[in-house]
Amino acid sequence: MSLILKQVRKSYTEPDGTKLPILNVEHFALDKGEQVVLVGESGGGKTTLLNVISGITQADSGTVQVDGHDLTGMFEAKRDRFRAERIGFVFQTFNLLDAFTALENVMLGMSFAGNNGGKAVARELLQRVGLGHRLNHRPSALSVGEQQRVAVARSLANKPSLLLADEPTANVDVKNQELILKLIRDACSERNVSLLMVTHSQEVAGQFERVEQLGDFNKPGESK
Amino acid sequence: MNLVTIAWKSIRQRALASSLTALSVALGVTLMVTVLVMHSVIFKTFNQPATGYDLIVGAKGSPLQLVLNTIFHLGKPVENIPYLYYKELKENPRIEAAIPLALGDTTQQGGFRIMGTIPEFFGVEYMPDKKFGVYKGGRYLSKPFDAVIGASVAKANNWGIGSTFKPVHGVDDGSGEAHVHDEEFTVVGVLGRTGTPNDKGVFVHLDGFYMIEGHEKPADEAYAKAVATAKLLGKEPPPPPKPQADDAHDDDDEHGHHHHHHGPIPDEQKEVTAVLIRTKSPIVTPQLQGFINDQPQAQAVSPIQQISLLFSTFIDNVQLMLLVLITMIILVSGVGIFVSIYNSMSDRKREIAIMRALGARRGSVFSIILAESILLCVGGGILGVLLGHGLVFAAAPYVEAKSGIVMNPWAFEWIELVLIPALIVLASLVGMVPGMTAYRTDVAKALAN
Ligand SMILES: Nc1ncnc2c1ncn2[C@@H]1O[C@H](COP(=O)(O)OP(=O)(O)OP(=O)(O)O)[C@@H](O)[C@H]1O
Ligand SMILES: [Mg+2]
Repeated sequence: MSLILKQVRKSYTEPDGTKLPILNVEHFALDKGEQVVLVGESGGGKTTLLNVISGITQADSGTVQVDGHDLTGMFEAKRDRFRAERIGFVFQTFNLLDAFTALENVMLGMSFAGNNGGKAVARELLQRVGLGHRLNHRPSALSVGEQQRVAVARSLANKPSLLLADEPTANVDVKNQELILKLIRDACSERNVSLLMVTHSQEVAGQFERVEQLGDFNKPGESK
Repeated sequence: MNLVTIAWKSIRQRALASSLTALSVALGVTLMVTVLVMHSVIFKTFNQPATGYDLIVGAKGSPLQLVLNTIFHLGKPVENIPYLYYKELKENPRIEAAIPLALGDTTQQGGFRIMGTIPEFFGVEYMPDKKFGVYKGGRYLSKPFDAVIGASVAKANNWGIGSTFKPVHGVDDGSGEAHVHDEEFTVVGVLGRTGTPNDKGVFVHLDGFYMIEGHEKPADEAYAKAVATAKLLGKEPPPPPKPQADDAHDDDDEHGHHHHHHGPIPDEQKEVTAVLIRTKSPIVTPQLQGFINDQPQAQAVSPIQQISLLFSTFIDNVQLMLLVLITMIILVSGVGIFVSIYNSMSDRKREIAIMRALGARRGSVFSIILAESILLCVGGGILGVLLGHGLVFAAAPYVEAKSGIVMNPWAFEWIELVLIPALIVLASLVGMVPGMTAYRTDVAKALAN
């Protein structure tokens, strides 16, 4: 098992003091190398679920296991390092830091995992996503599609075991959507990386074997 | 990439704001370095020439005036003391060297001060371990109408060996009423540059100085003074002077100049303005000073003490005020850096959140912001140090030409070593608040925007 969630609960406290339950997941799991797409209505808690899995957001209760390690029991600093080493991220937009070139953006992710060299690896990854000729461009000089490809390269730089992608193709045209999707899926299968991808697109979801509807396993309204 | 590299790239991203804030620090530091170097130049200018002699003996009066006049050629010459007193003093066993200076005349060209002294003057170090030297082909004083000139005099008047001049009595105020003596002196040596007021001095043989018409004290005045002094000392008054035979003789020097001076004046009528003293050991200096000061004829002052006093009462306070002011300027620059970084923080929430999502710890993003602040402050500081010394470097030739002060642009002051750590402390304080903002960033929230 690459990912196991058990009895995970997360609620936000609204400014007026009332509790707003977002997540209540009894059980959710991903096999090693499995590719799963997550769909669900807007505001349902998909992004929150990804944040809980990566340790960016702490669950109120329950356990989150990645590669057999329980994230909920870790100190924050250890969780951060764990995230750097084992979990890759691709967001919907603005994944990159403007101050850094494409190559540096990839290397930045590596440096937080304690890898201060890695130029060759970063270059190779960018070549893999078809940006070998754009290594020293700043994000502002790249198209949105290219930016997303850099983000894909960066998410794989530390050889993660789990890749979380939050609507990675929502802001690109159809042609780029296909390209990026293929890049992500191929790269994950090559490296046996588990993939959990959020999407609103039926077309994207249709290409996956396993499609999870958040509402099917997340029952925030039930039992406190 | 390490945290400092990451910080550096972020600074570069905001190049204009970054360079402006760093520049404001740099200018503050430039000011500080300039003031420090200026202070040390002024201090050296005043202190170094004062280190050559243990005591200066002159007529009773203001000790500071005696020092300023004798060593720095500032102000009108003080009263004179009898030559006989100098002769007596020279025999004091505590004294290693006693060099008389007779002042009162200047050169007609350039108004440089003429000092009558003995050849031994050039044999004594004018500063510890610094001996006078003459340019090739020159020599020191040996004949009465020999003159040795300082480097600045040679340059300003375009004088060299063989140049001749006539002394002007007193300081020529340009009114044309100053009395030009008839006696003519010949330059026999040009001194190497010393960086002291000696560079502006014209040294003539004391014997020649006394041969100048009017340089002898009238016999009756000299006698009256001697009697008065003897009375104060409780001694027998000296015998009255014998009426002088007018045995003026002609004396052709090697250039064939004709000096129509009169015969040698008796010692009783000679006077000196000051005596420069080198004692045999520092231990005996205060004893000798006390001994001289207890007697009515003269006072002995320590030049170093007088200069230190002048500095501590006046110049040090000015410097302190300037430094306080400049410190405030640098603090204001620090506030500028704070504002610049703090303002950028709201734009950078997402950047910071991305770094955290990539696995950066809270401490790391805090350190990156702190490093930015330190890089700006210290970078500005180093630039300021370089600018400051560069300024001194650029100004050095002009200052040297104008005042003879040799400034070493690479002479670092100890305060400059404190400056960089102090800037790091300032930068840390400045970076603390935005650093904490980065530390506290709510990653999920920032990513959602
Ligand atoms: N930090 C927060 N504080 C309070 N409420 C929050 C916070 N973050 C998210 N929420 C709320 O939690 C709910 C779930 O948000 P989330 O972003 O996870 O939804 P989503 O499924 O990703 O929606 P979308 O498809 O629009 O991206 C929303 O109602 C949102 O307003
Ligand atoms: Mg979302």
